[in-house]
Amino acid sequence: MTAPPQEPVPITSGDDVVRVRQAVRTAAAAAGLSLVDQTKIVTAASELARNTLVYGGGGHARVERVTDARGRAGVRIAFGDDGPGIPDIDLALTEGWTSGSGLGLGLTGARRLTDEFHLDTEVGGGTTVTVTKWAR
Amino acid sequence: MERVPILKIGQILLVSIQIDLQDQTVQVLQEDLAERIVRTGARGVIIDITAVDIVDSFIGRMFSTIASMSRLMDAETVVVGMRPAVAITLVELGLSLGGVRTALDLEKGMRLLGASLPSLADGR
Ligand SMILES: Nc1ncnc2c1ncn2[C@@H]1O[C@H](COP(=O)(O)OP(=O)(O)OP(=O)(O)O)[C@@H](O)[C@H]1O
Ligand SMILES: [Mg+2]
Repeated sequence: MTAPPQEPVPITSGDDVVRVRQAVRTAAAAAGLSLVDQTKIVTAASELARNTLVYGGGGHARVERVTDARGRAGVRIAFGDDGPGIPDIDLALTEGWTSGSGLGLGLTGARRLTDEFHLDTEVGGGTTVTVTKWAR
Repeated sequence: MERVPILKIGQILLVSIQIDLQDQTVQVLQEDLAERIVRTGARGVIIDITAVDIVDSFIGRMFSTIASMSRLMDAETVVVGMRPAVAITLVELGLSLGGVRTALDLEKGMRLLGASLPSLADGR
């Protein structure tokens, strides 16, 4: 069973980051994730949505429920922006590295908190980060 | 933007977070608290996060900031009521919250402040 595709959630303000968290919470609960796993994916989404807003200059999050070949349910979120992109991916994925005033925890933390993590970025061509968490 | 209310109980300021925190709310809360500590001469701050279902790096950093800031103004901060799922997630996120005192619930948090500042406990 595949849930109907959700409208992308725009990310243009701090309130939108809260809305993304709520959409992810709803999808994660519907996919049957445990409370701890729901908390992990919502926290990861919060980090990535903030990056989209702060560094990407705004964008959107696409939240969907997914099913793998063995019928396992999960939730996948794709964060997209048309911002400046990330010049050095390895550096950005180094714990503690920040180009701003953060702690440099968002990307590495989101990677640890999720089962699948993909980063697509191009200088001048925007950034897409996709994360997935599966029900156990 | 919603604002988080700050209650004064004796010499303690109680911040009970009942809303989904967005970054600007967090920033304003830090400023409000600093101002209230100075104005009231409060000796303790309790941040009750019983109702908070996620703590990300921004919210976690607020706890550290408030703890350091209040210490500079002669007040102790205790964060109370962290949910187990939130604690597990914070560790995996990589946030240790070093320097932030915690207690399991409001009562234990009050007692913790009372123990380090005996005059708080009996309201003198
Ligand atoms: N969507 C994005 N567009 C452009 N650059 C980005 C994007 N997301 C992350 N980055 C870059 O990667 C760096 C690391 O991001 P990360 O989220 O790990 O840390 P941070 O946001 O700097 O700090 P924290 O998340 O701890 O507050 C950022 O400082 C920024 O330079
Ligand atoms: Mg970040």
